[in-house]
Amino acid sequence: MDFWDLTLRFFALGDVNVRNVVAGSMLLGCSAGCLSTFVYLQRQSLIGDALAHAALPGVGLAFLVAGSRELGFLLAGAALTAWLAALVVNLIVRTSAIKLDAALGIVLSVFFGAGVVILTHIQKSGAGNQAGLDRFLFGQAAAISGRDVRLLLVVTGLLLLAVAAGFSRFKILSFDRGFAQTLGVPVGRWQFLLTTMVVAAVVIGLQAVGVVLMAAMMITPAASARQWTDRLWLMTLLASLFGMIAGLIGAYVSFLAPRLPTGPWIVVVVSLIFGVSVLLAPRRGLLSRMVGFIRQRRATMQDHILKALYRAGMASGVWDRGYDRVGMATAFGFLPGDLRPALGRLRRRGYLELVNGAYRLSAEGREEGARVLRLHRLWEVYLSRYLELPADHVHRDAHEMEHILTPEMEARLEELLERPEFDPHAQKIPYPERREPA
Amino acid sequence: MSPDLIVILTAVLAACGCGLIGSFLVLRKNAMLGDAISHAVLPGLVLAFLVTAGRNVVPMLIGATVMGLLTAWLTEALSGTRRVYADAALGVVFTLLFAVGVILVSLYADQVDLDQDCVLYGEIAYTPWNSLVIGGVNYGPRPLWVLGGVFLANVLFITLFYKQLKICSFDPQLARSLGINERLWHYLLMGMVALSVVAAFESVGAILVVAMLIIPGATAFLLTHRLFTMLGLSLLIGAVCALGGFYGASWLDASISGTMTVVGGIVFGLALAYNAMRRHLAQRLALRTG
Repeated sequence: MDFWDLTLRFFALGDVNVRNVVAGSMLLGCSAGCLSTFVYLQRQSLIGDALAHAALPGVGLAFLVAGSRELGFLLAGAALTAWLAALVVNLIVRTSAIKLDAALGIVLSVFFGAGVVILTHIQKSGAGNQAGLDRFLFGQAAAISGRDVRLLLVVTGLLLLAVAAGFSRFKILSFDRGFAQTLGVPVGRWQFLLTTMVVAAVVIGLQAVGVVLMAAMMITPAASARQWTDRLWLMTLLASLFGMIAGLIGAYVSFLAPRLPTGPWIVVVVSLIFGVSVLLAPRRGLLSRMVGFIRQRRATMQDHILKALYRAGMASGVWDRGYDRVGMATAFGFLPGDLRPALGRLRRRGYLELVNGAYRLSAEGREEGARVLRLHRLWEVYLSRYLELPADHVHRDAHEMEHILTPEMEARLEELLERPEFDPHAQKIPYPERREPA
Repeated sequence: MSPDLIVILTAVLAACGCGLIGSFLVLRKNAMLGDAISHAVLPGLVLAFLVTAGRNVVPMLIGATVMGLLTAWLTEALSGTRRVYADAALGVVFTLLFAVGVILVSLYADQVDLDQDCVLYGEIAYTPWNSLVIGGVNYGPRPLWVLGGVFLANVLFITLFYKQLKICSFDPQLARSLGINERLWHYLLMGMVALSVVAAFESVGAILVVAMLIIPGATAFLLTHRLFTMLGLSLLIGAVCALGGFYGASWLDASISGTMTVVGGIVFGLALAYNAMRRHLAQRLALRTG
């Protein structure tokens, strides 16, 4: 079968097996993604790693005790030891000088080691067929049955309901524990509930992505969602969505190439989502930051040109003198290469006029140059008057502020300083001519 | 040498080598970076396998060290953008690298002599039959050579640069003001961690390496406040884990590396209890005399 046939077959969801794998992967992505938000904000991202590893001995023990591979039993055992691990991490951090990172590392490796001991013991003692237990290690999404999906559905549903019902409490717990305490919220109890929910989400994900990669589902969806929004409910929603998308695509890839395991592909997809989020998210994204940075630098350069021309005009009283690019660079100490794009932009915006190969200020340009110089000098007055800085200390600061001050701040400054006539260097501050009201 | 002795020696070298360098991770509050590196070396190993078409020691060490350094660098670069918390950055990086490693293993399963069991459990029990043969001459068990070499390298590294490592671990700012290139030492240390991890990887598996990195150092940390004593204790504790693991495993009929870790957990638990008791007694004493 070729690629498109397979794709069609996959997304038609006609095959029961495919349906189970897709539903299972998406449900696990949804529950883990949803809870990862709170874990992330509490800066405990790696707890998912520890809990997932700590589930292993539980799986082995449940098998030893119950003697069956019934998923419910195994998951209950897994939840028990994972939960115990959370307790032990907490105990170590509270009672000793060991920090969280070492505590997590110790607990995850010791619990995992115990799991390995139990599994190898089962294997060697021939106490029964342990096949199927090690699918919890790397995950085997293909083995998800209809019954498993129903179990996943119930647990995920309960988790989502609990998050929705206790949303405001979880929110306050994640952002400001101390504040929650002063409000009288029983912090311990809510944290206990949250930990239990995280354990549940980790445990039900194990069979699809496995112990090691479950950690990713508890971290990456939230870290991606965080890039897109500052609102908690939206972040929770996005994290769940990212988890589901990763589950779907992971299942799809391993359907196309059955040799490729689902779990790692889910992790690769969710990591790609993370990469895209960090780079491209509006506002927080690195790209948008870079664009903002470049814009800011351009605006600064333009302000400096207008200011320099305006000062020259004011000093000489000659306003129609033009400079070519190199002339301007030498006269005011710019780099000719920096000037080229900035001059073009200023001309297109109508601040500069190009006459016989020489640039000079237009009427708007003169106004704009006056504005920048005014802001610069007003800020100097402000610094020297209110911070009592000596006159020779105020220039550099004003040099930066002149690009940032808004018209509202300008008006406030003017009012506060009572429209000073001179700056601390005894230079005249240019004000726009008052237009008589018509 | 008897096979048992070889296995014990391998275990001791793995535990002591990792424990020694891991002590610095614990001191620098970087323990989970050890966990991350131990996972992230997997793709490096697989690539080394594919490139050299066999288990050659040197390419494996190089591949893994490069991946370890890459993990440390990527984590730092990512949290340096201030877009994610440092712990989340670490988690994102190592899970991705490990996932890529697992995919590579299953993709080239027929060319890569590295199955999932080996990744998880290690195969320390097979050490005596894993011989180093160069030019037709059998030089004895290969893991012993590799682990011994890396152990010596660790001892040498720490002895030669004891002062720098100490200052950088306890007070990075002081180190910088003294003109010590703190970043350089950080990455050198991470390189040594990656080297130790990959040397032990084959014998004890990816996750149990973490135990050997962190437990000896953390246990020693509870028992002393002196760096030199801490390093000595970490060696002792590593050896205890190895011996306890070996005999415990034959008693339980279970994996040696798993049992080593459990013994490590018990030793750590005892140290934790001792530490808590000592604090408690000191408090009572202070109350009585004061």
